[in-house]
Amino acid sequence: MAKVALSSIAKSFGPTKVLGGVDLDIADGEFLTLVGPSGCGKSTLIRIIAGLEHQNAGSVAIGGSSVDHLRPHERRVAMVFQSYALYPHMSVGANIALPLTMSRLKLWQRLPLLRQLSAQRRSVMRGIEADVEAVAAQLQLDHLLARKPAQLSGGQRQRVALGRAMVRNPDVFLMDEPLSNLDAKLRVHMRTELAELHKRLGATFIYVTHDQVEAMTMSDRVAMMDSGAVLQLGTPSQLYEKPASLKVAQFIGSPTINLLPAATAAGGRLELFGRPLALAVPLAQGEAVALGIRSEALSLVQGEPGGNGRAWFSARLRRKENLGSEYILHFDLAGRDAAGVTMRATPAAAAGVNEAAEVTLGFDETAAHIFAADGERIEPRGQGAATGSVVPLRA
Amino acid sequence: MTLALASTAGFTSTTRRRLWIERVTGLGFALPAFALLLLTILLPLAVLLWLSLTNYEFGGVDMDWVGLANFQKALADPIIRRSLVNTLLYVAIVVPGGVLGALLIAVLVHRRKRTRSFYEVVYFLPVTSTLIAMATVWQFLLHPSLGPVNGLLKWLGIGPIAFLSEPSTALATLAVIGIWQLIGFNMILFLAGLTAIPRDLYEAADIDGCSSGIDRFLTITWPLLGPTTMFVLVTTMITAFKIFDTVAVMTRGGPVGSTEVLLYNIYLEGFQYFHTGYAAALTFIFLAFILVFSAVQTFALDKKVHY
Ligand SMILES: Nc1ncnc2c1ncn2[C@@H]1O[C@H](COP(=O)(O)OP(=O)(O)OP(=O)(O)O)[C@@H](O)[C@H]1O
Ligand SMILES: [Mg+2]
Repeated sequence: MAKVALSSIAKSFGPTKVLGGVDLDIADGEFLTLVGPSGCGKSTLIRIIAGLEHQNAGSVAIGGSSVDHLRPHERRVAMVFQSYALYPHMSVGANIALPLTMSRLKLWQRLPLLRQLSAQRRSVMRGIEADVEAVAAQLQLDHLLARKPAQLSGGQRQRVALGRAMVRNPDVFLMDEPLSNLDAKLRVHMRTELAELHKRLGATFIYVTHDQVEAMTMSDRVAMMDSGAVLQLGTPSQLYEKPASLKVAQFIGSPTINLLPAATAAGGRLELFGRPLALAVPLAQGEAVALGIRSEALSLVQGEPGGNGRAWFSARLRRKENLGSEYILHFDLAGRDAAGVTMRATPAAAAGVNEAAEVTLGFDETAAHIFAADGERIEPRGQGAATGSVVPLRA
Repeated sequence: MTLALASTAGFTSTTRRRLWIERVTGLGFALPAFALLLLTILLPLAVLLWLSLTNYEFGGVDMDWVGLANFQKALADPIIRRSLVNTLLYVAIVVPGGVLGALLIAVLVHRRKRTRSFYEVVYFLPVTSTLIAMATVWQFLLHPSLGPVNGLLKWLGIGPIAFLSEPSTALATLAVIGIWQLIGFNMILFLAGLTAIPRDLYEAADIDGCSSGIDRFLTITWPLLGPTTMFVLVTTMITAFKIFDTVAVMTRGGPVGSTEVLLYNIYLEGFQYFHTGYAAALTFIFLAFILVFSAVQTFALDKKVHY
């Protein structure tokens, strides 16, 4: 078991700068997810940890000591690839056994013909077989050991790749989008299995995904990356409830956070669609800011809107999306050139809204996230309750 | 009810009609290819077989049916036996040399990034050059007194070797030239095979502990090149069996018959002595050899190759 420490990792491919000084400390036994849009450098970072790629600057330490000079297999890490990278000519059993045959047999004991001369080979192979069977049993692969990878389903291949990683008892598991080739249902299932596997093994997991749901559901902590830098590192709820920047807020959460154009009036007081809010930010008058509000924080307002720290605006229903247990309502903002907003609603509430009907949507101002023009989060100075909800969560 | 019955009956008759049309159309599509096969391969083969059973001589007006006499004569002829042994010897040198050498070069060239296409061109040049023209270059290079190869040997303290006029070295020298000519083509085939191996397999192997070149080769490269290797092996063997041009221009079967090979003997019998019937029988034996060798290789290796 080992902690992993990355200090100012930088990497360029020729003229393209991919990572610009990434610092990350991953605790022993932690499940850390690297999440971010395509091309942000997640795979590059995890490949640097594995030793498949060399950083231009910075250092990787596993278990407290630098591994920069070590080959991939000497780093006691295992990796699960997006493509699984199973050896197509070997049976499932041989695939899982390969890391063990490589480490437990000497080179001459693996060579064709010459290996027949080895006396201990038999007993070593028996030990390997026992270990492979134990891992296969954990992953329900025992009946598939004789098959070739081509004869397996996607989920089974995925488990073989996991087995090949598990069999060496590595300190660190590295996974690069291991679930992205699976269908939606299997992905949900494997999410649970991976989280349980992590609990059972107690090893450090570093997991790469561009799917924020995977990041939110499995991780102890999430590192949100963009353009080769870590934008925010925190627990899933920290990222969701207190996104450090507009990019994090937009990436985490589904449906995507609603952004409303707001502006500052005198004293930094915020105005939404010309109506003053109870919130104030430390900005000069006349600055445009983005007000982010999650779709579940919106509600339909019956009767007189406003008052008591509640903001409101009017909108026109464009489309209802039925998710079974709830509805996603898509609204256009009446008469404004802002993007539409989405709202979660119970089926009962959704039934009360008609297509093209104009309604009033309200939200608690304390639920609003304020972002400056450069995308940085600004903590508003609210009245009363406004500061109460933004107590930072600690992992 | 009646409606349903009527429609079923109509259905079967239209189905039958459709099947018939499908069959005729299928035959129609297959016909041109079959006609071509018949005209260019099967018919000449039949003529060859028929000629091999006669004592026809080129330009002659009559011929006699001799049955298997040509074949009996061929199998008893010491010259043919010797040329058969020489051909097999040549194949036994060229196939391992041409296949393993090409594999080695391909693996080395594959790792180069910038210089790769340079090496590809250099090794492929012999394939594009006409062997007859290159033969004069080889003759010069290997000349006992004028050639630079012997100059080098002399400098190393080894006496001059008359590569092409010494019975013990002539066939081996031709085999080396044969390898030289084949290796570039085989290398390109192996390079294509190497390119098709996914890179992440090597990365997975690297993490799993295949750190040395020999481990990577035995775990990934060699097994996954199986189909390519088999193709290269069979085509190289067939090409080697067909050794003719170097013999014809460089040694003419000599010295003292040490480089007489099957195809050269067929050429002599058919085009120099005009024993067309006999040459046809020899050709048949030649084709049978190629067929048997290819089939044995294919069936023996097919099970071991992973596709
Ligand atoms: N070998 C390479 N040579 C040049 N550029 C590369 C190389 N590998 C990656 N890149 C570039 O580095 C950037 C980051 O790539 P990386 O694979 O790390 O992205 P990613 O975050 O894993 O994206 P995805 O979610 O699509 O897998 C990309 O812009 C990519 O084009
Ligand atoms: Mg990636």
